[in-house]
Amino acid sequence: MTPVLRAAANVLVHVPDLVRYGSKCFREIAAQGDSFSRALSKRLRQFDEAVAYPPNQAFIGNIAPERLREVLLPWHAHPAGGASARGAFGEILGQETFYALLAAADLFGLTMFERPLGAEGASLAVPLMESAVPPKASGREDILRLVESGEALPLYRGDALIGCARRDHETDEALGARILLENLAAKASGAYVLRHLLEGAGTAPDELEYVISCSEEAVGDRYNRGGGNLAKAIAEMAGCVNAAGTDIKSFCAAPVVALIHGAALIQAGVVRNVAIVGGGSLAKLGMKAHRHIEKEMPVLEDVLGSVAFLLGTGDGDGPRVNLEIAGRHAAGQPSTPQGLAEALVRDPLARAGRRICDIDKYAVELHDPGVTLPAGAGDVPRTNYRTLAALAVMAGEIGRENIDSFVEERGMPGFAPTQGHIPAGVPYLGHALAGMRRGDLRSTMVVAKGSLFLGRMSQHSDGASVVIET
Amino acid sequence: MFKGKKVIALGERDGVPGPAIAECIEAAGGEVVFQKTECFV
Repeated sequence: MTPVLRAAANVLVHVPDLVRYGSKCFREIAAQGDSFSRALSKRLRQFDEAVAYPPNQAFIGNIAPERLREVLLPWHAHPAGGASARGAFGEILGQETFYALLAAADLFGLTMFERPLGAEGASLAVPLMESAVPPKASGREDILRLVESGEALPLYRGDALIGCARRDHETDEALGARILLENLAAKASGAYVLRHLLEGAGTAPDELEYVISCSEEAVGDRYNRGGGNLAKAIAEMAGCVNAAGTDIKSFCAAPVVALIHGAALIQAGVVRNVAIVGGGSLAKLGMKAHRHIEKEMPVLEDVLGSVAFLLGTGDGDGPRVNLEIAGRHAAGQPSTPQGLAEALVRDPLARAGRRICDIDKYAVELHDPGVTLPAGAGDVPRTNYRTLAALAVMAGEIGRENIDSFVEERGMPGFAPTQGHIPAGVPYLGHALAGMRRGDLRSTMVVAKGSLFLGRMSQHSDGASVVIET
Repeated sequence: MFKGKKVIALGERDGVPGPAIAECIEAAGGEVVFQKTECFV
């Protein structure tokens, strides 16, 4: 069986009032109290501003990433005209809808809301998700009691307390309120993007056979921190009753590792279709908010990103995932940018008798530079594209003077929220699929890296890559 | 130039990782008292 890419979906969820529960902001509020909280509130965006932010329009498929080159920096000061929350292969959800989704994802009474969600009219409806039944209202006294005792985190709409998210064990940190809220956020956003994917592909939820989650959350309890299988919980919520699932972890490289594993399951004949899903990372909201506040700009990390893509068997219904050109980074190889690029790009192409310039487009980590540059974290995709161009120079494929044109031709500006695994090349899949169906694009290589050293078990990075081509 | 010097090496994943900096410093006669790699995205 030849594995093919059948569909891709990208969803953003604008959650300004959850930014306070991102790891950085949570720690800053604990250290600085109200002063940081107030400064943060002043810099949060409205929903319409998040929708019109040009990279967000690229993320959901309304503009090609390359078009961002025509938009003046800073991008947040140049909103896209005629922007829509519905995209060619995705959507931007608002916070109220997401609260309803969180409640729908919650099977253990972990969230409480003072009013039934959805009580204020159609704007609170949860499209696509029949199971998102508005929860019963909870008493304000109960919510206040749990918040004041420290058992629950308050949930806000602007300044107004509207509910809470509680812990589910007195002493188990893995079942603490913040961890459970993170896990629920990944599950809810993952299930939603999965439904989007299936809708776009014309595949009924009960036709799906396997789900791989590449989300970053460590779902489990004190005896099984990171025990996992968020994939099955996502499949259950999305109504994929015939799908089994599992998780693949490798920090930010996981989506591409999952893509390779999913394609291998199909090529081996184990299943006929696989959906790979990455839910949003609550911990990474507002990761650079302190820098954005210092620069008196909006806090741009106010969206959860989620991605999903569907692999099927080769029936002419999409480009091939070519497992003969899959890159991996071995434990004995150097974790330098050059070492990773050689292992992930040069070597797998060489094994298949291809050159670096044989690939039309590279989808590297696509972090939005509008977020990272003002925070002093550089332009991640540009750095990675220049490394690939340098490899092409070393291989004698291009001259040194052609580095910039290589970057322009085979690269693209970053357009994904800084949500760790979400920018890992895969947000481009929707664009690639559209380009291949139009006949504008023949091949793309998706390349992702993961920072294993952050977990203190190895000094290594990891990485994975694979070619998708017509 | 690093002989007899104590060095803190801070690396970055998309730039030069900490262990690579540490190796260079040690080869140049310096003493690395702390090295770490960070990921800024």
